[in-house]
Amino acid sequence: MHLELTEEQRMIQAMARELAESEIASVADEIDREARFPHETVKRMGELGLMGIAIPEQWGGSGSDTIAYVVALEEIAKVCASHAVVMSVDNSLYGEPVLRSGTDAQRERFLKPVASGHAHGCFALTEPEAGSDARNQHTLARRDGDHYVLNGRKLFITNGREASFALVFCQTDAARAHHGITAFVVEKGTPGFTVAKTEDKLGLRASDTAELVFEECRVPVANRLGDEGMGFTIAMATLDGGRIGIAAQAVGIAAGAFERSLAYARERKAFGARIGDHQMVQWMLADMATAIDAARLLTHRAAWLKDREEPYGVAAAMAKLFASDTAMRVTTDAIQVHGGYGYIKEYRVERYFRDAKITQIYEGTSQIQKLVIARDVLGGHDDRA
Amino acid sequence: MKILVLVKQVPDTATQVKIGANPKAIDTAGITWIVSPYDEFAVEEALRIKEKRGQADVVAVTLGPDRAKEALRSCLAMGCDRAIHLNDPAWAEADTLATAKALAAVVKQESPELVLTGRQAIDDDMGAVPAQVAELLGWPCAYWIMEEAVDGDGKTARTGRQVEGGLEIFDVPLPAVLSAQKGLNEPRYPTLKGIMGAKKKEIKDVKAGDLGLGAETPQLSVVALEALPPRPPGRIIQGDVPTAVKELVRSLREDAKAI
Repeated sequence: MHLELTEEQRMIQAMARELAESEIASVADEIDREARFPHETVKRMGELGLMGIAIPEQWGGSGSDTIAYVVALEEIAKVCASHAVVMSVDNSLYGEPVLRSGTDAQRERFLKPVASGHAHGCFALTEPEAGSDARNQHTLARRDGDHYVLNGRKLFITNGREASFALVFCQTDAARAHHGITAFVVEKGTPGFTVAKTEDKLGLRASDTAELVFEECRVPVANRLGDEGMGFTIAMATLDGGRIGIAAQAVGIAAGAFERSLAYARERKAFGARIGDHQMVQWMLADMATAIDAARLLTHRAAWLKDREEPYGVAAAMAKLFASDTAMRVTTDAIQVHGGYGYIKEYRVERYFRDAKITQIYEGTSQIQKLVIARDVLGGHDDRA
Repeated sequence: MKILVLVKQVPDTATQVKIGANPKAIDTAGITWIVSPYDEFAVEEALRIKEKRGQADVVAVTLGPDRAKEALRSCLAMGCDRAIHLNDPAWAEADTLATAKALAAVVKQESPELVLTGRQAIDDDMGAVPAQVAELLGWPCAYWIMEEAVDGDGKTARTGRQVEGGLEIFDVPLPAVLSAQKGLNEPRYPTLKGIMGAKKKEIKDVKAGDLGLGAETPQLSVVALEALPPRPPGRIIQGDVPTAVKELVRSLREDAKAI
């Protein structure tokens, strides 16, 4: 048992915190209000190596580990959850599967630019009728010589408009159901690939969530990630890892809202005392602090297991479930601590509250996490592969 | 060109400093340690000189206990090429002069063209070491520099030094000691690659004996530390504006003697 970050992990954490506080904090409210993708600060994150933290240096990454990734992501999310989600998609939803399932030639072309912060990737699995029921893929890819021809729509794709590379899951053999799903890297600008619209959202308003449309889109066979039929396995393994990042994002959102609540409780006076002196507020603060710590420990454990190359899917599901519920509860209480001021944008906990909700939904809803956990504790088989 | 950057590890600026059980020292429990911010300007400047010239050997040097290695690794993560750690119980009680003697001895061994450091460390704010090092070496020294440009052949550095209301411009012959003031530059963050690469770079451990030095009686010894008295509460002057203004002016004149 060793609950301590290494010196390097602490340095990475400190760097991310400094970047978040001195460059991201000043734009976070504005980009939320204007629903504007923060190109400049996201570029800075890329330059500093935050978009490929656990990707080996050979492929443009920083060659660090999952723990460094989660501590850095938490620091960014503490200040702005929109920046954090861009980071999580480039690192884990796009970078990971291309690293793990790509050939060297594919890593060179499709991973290096993203891991080194020069381009973005996105992960296109969700469809209008395939959310939690991810097997129900209707996007089709039919083989035609040395190409595949893609037809279909992908929905709610984070980074969808900004990404230079889309990891797209398609049905190549409908008869084989989810064993007929195949993954492709589709480059922006490929004829037949368009971004149809950007969604107007409750939270994460500065991140870009888009609908991707494929119409007779010809993709070279060289862009196929893994073999035909491997797509669903790739997607599920990716989401296991992605959930660790979302857990870290949720911890960050909660921790950011908590810090603000704490500052407010020390400052605001009511009934002749600081509100932090009142037991009912203390109660809320104590619950917040405890839940955040527990969520963080679950997240770090999942990251630690992944770094040790041990099974981590259930640990990641538990971390994501608990951390996202924590983010929702803590941000709700953060507004409560602030009273009427908490409901006003100026005090910022309102943004944290709106940003928290999605963590219970994307990369597997809380209900899907419970399914994963229940199957494990009941000893049921994992039929996802 | 070789540049030595002298840095000190200090408590983070956000630390609430408490006096320790030994009243001559602070309580170091739970402190986050950082590279003194003025020294970070010096590191940044050295790295910029290197980038401008295409090549240079930038060496971070510190005197301090084991934990000070972390400050050196931060410098290496920012981009310094190697580091030297002066770490010896003989320096446990070192005052500024003893520190300067040790640092000057390292400078002599390394014989760089330039020594850069912060104008002062933000812990005890003595600001004496840069001048003492220069004096011991017999080198020129420019303090509180806001601008710096080493000429092409590395023989002189044009420096702008902060003075009341402006800059004083010097051509300083090298080798020299320059101390950095805020505004000289904006220090970079270490990149992740820099952080990951820092452990592969050399940190040389140096003992007093390696420099031909021994323990010496400090010229300056701390008698005691005292906490600052709590700030008296502010005063709100009541009454209508004309009366209140009169009272404010009177109070500024007679009580505070500020005007």
